[in-house]
Amino acid sequence: MIDGFAISALYALGATGFTLIFGVSGVLNLSHGAIMVAAAVAAWAAASVLNVGTYAGALIGVGVALLTAFATYFAVVKPIQDSRRIPNEEKEIFVLTGTLLWGIMIQELIAYFFTNNAKTVLPIVEGVVEILGVRTPKNEIFTAIVCCLVIALLWLLVNRTRTGKAVLAASMNPRGVTLLGLELTNIYIVVWAIYGILAGIAGVLLGMFLGVSSYSVGPLTASAFSIVVLGGLGSVSGSLIAAFVVGYLETLTAYLVSPAYRTIPALLLLVFVMYIRPQGLLGRR
Amino acid sequence: MSTFFSSRLFFISLVLVVLAATLPFYVSGYVLGLLTVAFYFGVFAMAWDLLFGFAGEVNFGPTFLIGVGAYTAGILNAQFGWSVYLCIVLGASASVVAGLVLALPALRVRGPYFGLTTLVAVLMLQNFIVVFADLTGGEIGLTIPDVISINAGTNYWIALGFMTISAAILYGLSQSPIGLVLQASGQDPVQAGALGFNIVKHKLAAFIVSAFFSGLSGALLVFYFGTASVGTVVDVAVGVNVIVSAVLGGRRTVLGAALGAIFLIVAGEFLRPTGELATFIVSAVALLVVLFFPGGFLGAALSREARS
Repeated sequence: MIDGFAISALYALGATGFTLIFGVSGVLNLSHGAIMVAAAVAAWAAASVLNVGTYAGALIGVGVALLTAFATYFAVVKPIQDSRRIPNEEKEIFVLTGTLLWGIMIQELIAYFFTNNAKTVLPIVEGVVEILGVRTPKNEIFTAIVCCLVIALLWLLVNRTRTGKAVLAASMNPRGVTLLGLELTNIYIVVWAIYGILAGIAGVLLGMFLGVSSYSVGPLTASAFSIVVLGGLGSVSGSLIAAFVVGYLETLTAYLVSPAYRTIPALLLLVFVMYIRPQGLLGRR
Repeated sequence: MSTFFSSRLFFISLVLVVLAATLPFYVSGYVLGLLTVAFYFGVFAMAWDLLFGFAGEVNFGPTFLIGVGAYTAGILNAQFGWSVYLCIVLGASASVVAGLVLALPALRVRGPYFGLTTLVAVLMLQNFIVVFADLTGGEIGLTIPDVISINAGTNYWIALGFMTISAAILYGLSQSPIGLVLQASGQDPVQAGALGFNIVKHKLAAFIVSAFFSGLSGALLVFYFGTASVGTVVDVAVGVNVIVSAVLGGRRTVLGAALGAIFLIVAGEFLRPTGELATFIVSAVALLVVLFFPGGFLGAALSREARS
């Protein structure tokens, strides 16, 4: 149960950033998994190769994710959005293809420099505790707490600060925001920064929890994508609910049936929801 | 003007195909094997371009159609020992059925939602293959007893002929009134519908045609390799390659997609000495093409032609 909660919270953290980007700038970032893995691998490299300590390593991981997110925006997404040669209605597919290629590039670079062996980031909190007779690593509880804290902070940021309100407004009506004298590009940069930090934290925690390798890039992107669609594209609360549904469904299947069937019920649920309610659980459209 | 241009394009393609047909007389079996795979891949990319470039449906799961065709043919041959040609025909038919199943959500949801549905379809197929390992060979792959031919030259000619015929049919279809209606319904479904065209019927037709060629090509590929495995015909990475080839070669050109696929496979082989960096270089080149020549190879060539 705690396992399921920690996994769900991680999924939620990863998916929130993803949905935020889509809600505000209409970009589906398919290099999402690559950014998370980059963060985890950077944290691993900093902690175990350069010996800088687990905390500094985790910070470096988040920093790398932030830089990668900015690189994604400035090198791939922005040129496509500003391009005059690509018709507007086709920009979406170009962003998809572009970020996909970008993700593969990051993945290959990681595989080249750090090999594709699975890496486990050293946990920040060590030891195990007994909860209701189940031995649980303390780090798992730590993961869950961090995820909840970060999500709560994000909620405060979006709903209670000036910048957050600008972001919210931009997701509702970009043109209206520019009319109010706010630079849209700045808002996008803020959103990508938030996204980078979220993806970075999620990546590092995932690295401690399950370990990552360059092979996890695809599945990570796919799971974030499906959670976000399940919850409704652009709806942060929707993806939170969806993340917990998917997380528990996967853990329960793995424990009760067989680990081989882990992803199947979630995929079935997704197909089912798409037929009944194509806009997702809490989608606006 | 347009008839002049299309005849010139036709002339160039004819010369290329004739040149390609003489290749087995003076190149090694290794090159032929590489090009054989590239030609089948070309058909995958062209079939995908018909759906995306014309019908405007972002299909993230081209390998769903390919995989269903490939595995149906493979299983029928390996488990029941049916003849190769019967298996190929049945594989292509199974793909058409899969295409219809895939088309159902497409008529309800659009854009990224449909893209996700197709992605899920691929993941489901992949899980299915792994879970029913007795029937499908699981992750190791399925060994197929029969092959079409063991002669590299014959295999090459079959692939080339198949690609040429598919290209002719798909290109002809894309230039026909049906292709124009598809293009219109991809760009503005409401208006196309208001003009009195049955969008549902046209899109279904596009799915069926695309599925048919993907499945046929997948089945042929299986009998060329002598094995069917998740890594070669179903994996999402294979689908990504198909999409990249189509975008690289030029979307909405059909023929460009085949060029893109051949480029991608040949370039991957040339870069093999660079080891693990090969995929990185290919994706970097593809990204640059997407950023600076959004029309792709053929798109860039065509627009220069149109300007002069």
